[in-house]
Amino acid sequence: MTFTALHDLGVAQLATELRERRVSAVEAAQHFLARAQAHQNLGAYVAVNPDITLAHARAQDAAIAAGTAGPLAGVPIAHKDIFVTKGFPSTAGSKMLAGYQSPFDATVVTKLADAGAVTLGKLNCDEFAMGSANENSAVAPMGFDAPAPVRNPWATDRIPGGSSGGSAVAVAARLAPAVTGTDTGGSIRQPASFCGITGIKPTYGRASRYGMIAFASSLDQAGPMARSAEDCALLLSAMCGPDPDRDSTSLDVPAENFSAKLNDSIDGLRIGIPAEFFGEGLAPDVRAAVDGALKEYEKLGAKLVPISLPRTQLSIPVYYIIAPAEASSNLSRFDGVKFGHRAKDYTDLVDMYKKTRAEGFGDEVKRRIMIGAYVLSHGYYDAYYLQAQKIRRMIADDFQNAFKSCDVIAGPVAPTVAWKLGDHGNDPLADYLADIFTLPGSLAGLPGMSVPAGFGEGGMPVGLQLLGNYFQEARLLNAAHRLQQATDFHLRRPEGF
Amino acid sequence: MTAKLIHGYEVVIGFETHTQLATQSKIFSRAPTAFGAEPNTQACAVDLALPGTLPVMNREAVACAIKLGLALGSHIAPVSIFARKNYFYPDLPKGYQISQFEIPVVQGGEVEFFLGDEKKTVRLVRAHLEEDAGKSLHEDFIGQSGIDLNRAGTPLLEIVTEPDMRSSEEAVAYAKELHKIVTWIGICDGNMQEGSFRCDANVSVRKPGQPLGTRREIKNLNSFKFMQQAIDYEIRWQIEQIEDGHAIQQATVLFDPDTGETRAMRTKEDAADYRYFPDPDLPPLHISEQWVQDERAQMAELPRTMAARFVADYGLPEYDATTLTQSKAMAAYFEAAAKACGQPKLASNWIMGEVSRRLNMTETGIEQAPVTAAQLAALIGRIADGTISNNAAKQVFDALWTGESSDVDAVIESKGLKQMNDSGALEKIIDEVIAANPDNVAQFRAGKDKAFNALVGQIMKASKGKANPTQVNELLRAKLAG
Repeated sequence: MTFTALHDLGVAQLATELRERRVSAVEAAQHFLARAQAHQNLGAYVAVNPDITLAHARAQDAAIAAGTAGPLAGVPIAHKDIFVTKGFPSTAGSKMLAGYQSPFDATVVTKLADAGAVTLGKLNCDEFAMGSANENSAVAPMGFDAPAPVRNPWATDRIPGGSSGGSAVAVAARLAPAVTGTDTGGSIRQPASFCGITGIKPTYGRASRYGMIAFASSLDQAGPMARSAEDCALLLSAMCGPDPDRDSTSLDVPAENFSAKLNDSIDGLRIGIPAEFFGEGLAPDVRAAVDGALKEYEKLGAKLVPISLPRTQLSIPVYYIIAPAEASSNLSRFDGVKFGHRAKDYTDLVDMYKKTRAEGFGDEVKRRIMIGAYVLSHGYYDAYYLQAQKIRRMIADDFQNAFKSCDVIAGPVAPTVAWKLGDHGNDPLADYLADIFTLPGSLAGLPGMSVPAGFGEGGMPVGLQLLGNYFQEARLLNAAHRLQQATDFHLRRPEGF
Repeated sequence: MTAKLIHGYEVVIGFETHTQLATQSKIFSRAPTAFGAEPNTQACAVDLALPGTLPVMNREAVACAIKLGLALGSHIAPVSIFARKNYFYPDLPKGYQISQFEIPVVQGGEVEFFLGDEKKTVRLVRAHLEEDAGKSLHEDFIGQSGIDLNRAGTPLLEIVTEPDMRSSEEAVAYAKELHKIVTWIGICDGNMQEGSFRCDANVSVRKPGQPLGTRREIKNLNSFKFMQQAIDYEIRWQIEQIEDGHAIQQATVLFDPDTGETRAMRTKEDAADYRYFPDPDLPPLHISEQWVQDERAQMAELPRTMAARFVADYGLPEYDATTLTQSKAMAAYFEAAAKACGQPKLASNWIMGEVSRRLNMTETGIEQAPVTAAQLAALIGRIADGTISNNAAKQVFDALWTGESSDVDAVIESKGLKQMNDSGALEKIIDEVIAANPDNVAQFRAGKDKAFNALVGQIMKASKGKANPTQVNELLRAKLAG
């Protein structure tokens, strides 16, 4: 380990170093735990447990020595605190679950551990994954006594994006080589874009949702976040696969080696450019970076094809009906009866419910529960929920129509770069509107990526969004990898990290 | 068919029955469904709704729904949808119940049964799969309630009828028939005390020809006796209210067996908005034609089919056939006995008569009958071949039932019940009786038939009941004529 610092290695390189025993899993784990602590002011980690982490690491060192190591043997990773884990608290960023210990691991956590990954800890996120700035976490980050903002390492007065904000910060600041995130309406892609890293949300149903604390069941999907497409491919290969005994929405599609086609030529690849993603709402700096990446693709032999996704605008109201509707029901289990927060003083059952939920949930969660309960109410269901479901199907059809003339779709991830902490203040609608480019793919259940494409205002990273048809993750990763072979945006690091 | 009127009112009843399915594990988890275990020992992470858990459909429960659909001639939906019924209650761990709302798995169908000798048909609206809630225990914890989630997630089929019933008797007969069917096809253990078969009755009254009256729903009727009492009380109460000029308010009521009265627990105004919507954790339930065919192939003969076969194959009256197919065990007992003795009608008479009477006295099922079908067949064989009389047969039956002996012929032998088939000995007795009763003989010859019967009685008495009555008749008539 003379050539470069351990935390500069990508997953693929680090796995090789570990396998060839030039560095031990224990050393790697200790290195990243130390970095996590040294940079705890970023608010990325909410929990670590060195005893467990080092026990994992020692087991992986033994596996490497015995020749029974998995593909990720000894690679330290951290999990978004939406995944339940044994040995670490699982809070979903909520006071409701402060200190909650799960008796089981999420399927994705188990699968990564089976591949040899070592768990470093849990990462901050918006409460129940609701938010676009990670400003809605109610949990005190490691080293803090009270909830504190998660800071973007490219400019610590800026938000990291959300809801997987802690995840994106951990990778960008080299506090973990790779992490897990979850994406409901853009929660992997948008923070990846804002923090200059690579993230992929697979096709809905490819990764098991078992052990992911549910926000919106028909949209929630797990995915990896790392510095490169190559690293994402390694993690995603371990995370996907059917889980029929635990998740009925898990698809019967076998696990796949997503690294296999990374280097395939993209000569002749047809990249669809949706006109609706390049309208007046798009900031010029973001547009410039995205255009730059598209030019790179043309140089690599890809063809840009104009397409239309006519219901892009509608994806905002549709999403903000369906997701809150599902959330209002999914969060009913947090009632103070069985686990989690319970109010101290109450007069009767209803009073206990009211106080527990009033105290336990933050404002954004309450807002969405109320919207959700409203749109499902008798007399409103048809006008809102049912109508939204119809338009959701049309949005999915629009994509199928578009994929007749292109292989992948490219555009911006978000209309702007990361904004300043507190900038959207008490205007939740501003956050909602910023989700416009990630929501259509989420509603259609398509795989989507964010790939570093350059820098914009204030030197903040800009991500290029790539969307593929169902099960086309390998093609997306291939396209992203080829771009990363031709550019170095994903290798740049924020100053001081 | 004209409905029976009560004080000029027609009664209208519809049923909703929660049938607990006899599956090994719960409807959306792998926890066992065993009844009576220590609280919260039969509930897994999914049943407790721990964060991150998801439901996975138990195919066994779906198979039960298919079987019910096949038994009742229903449409089995190739695609049905699970929905969430949202409400807060401590024994509902997720804050919603997974049920079926707009598109249930079983649609339509009917239940046929006899009310006395009148054949009735009650149409089904639907039957849908859903999960049961846990139990709240309010008694054992001072100032607090205990929650037992063992029952949470137990599979239920809720079977809903059209408002086709017109009396409490008909309602109870329907419930009994449905109970028979679900236990017959093995989808429910039928244990009403343990809550495996819970009925809600929707009751309203109206003047004939008028539109349906406002209904009140009597919840959780868990015995046939209470069912009848509750419905009868409710009918009287509603008629009184209307006669007194009060309108009926839609309400849910409970029956109190101690007072024999129904009492409103909530009215329509408090009706919750359950915010039903399709459960995004469960894809639509697909049932292939092949699956239906497989269940059909494995299903036992249904009571209705079996009764028809008893009429056709054994020449039984429809009433006998229906009665004998009240339970699988009784039908099996009959068939075994009928086949062994070759006298189906005699076997039917004995089972519906002596056997049932004794079983009812001791409240035992026919499975536990001390007289086996083979023994009964042997007994009937001895009646049919003239070895014993019907009266003697009852003595033999009694000996078998009480366990005095297990062998029919041995009892006949030891009790000396064999009929006197030796005509020489019988003729001697007849000659003696004629000689000893000249008055009766004279009266008979004078045309009084009664005197003949008196002579037969004397002969039977003298033979200690062993004489064959048919033979006595023939010989006596011949001698008196001679």
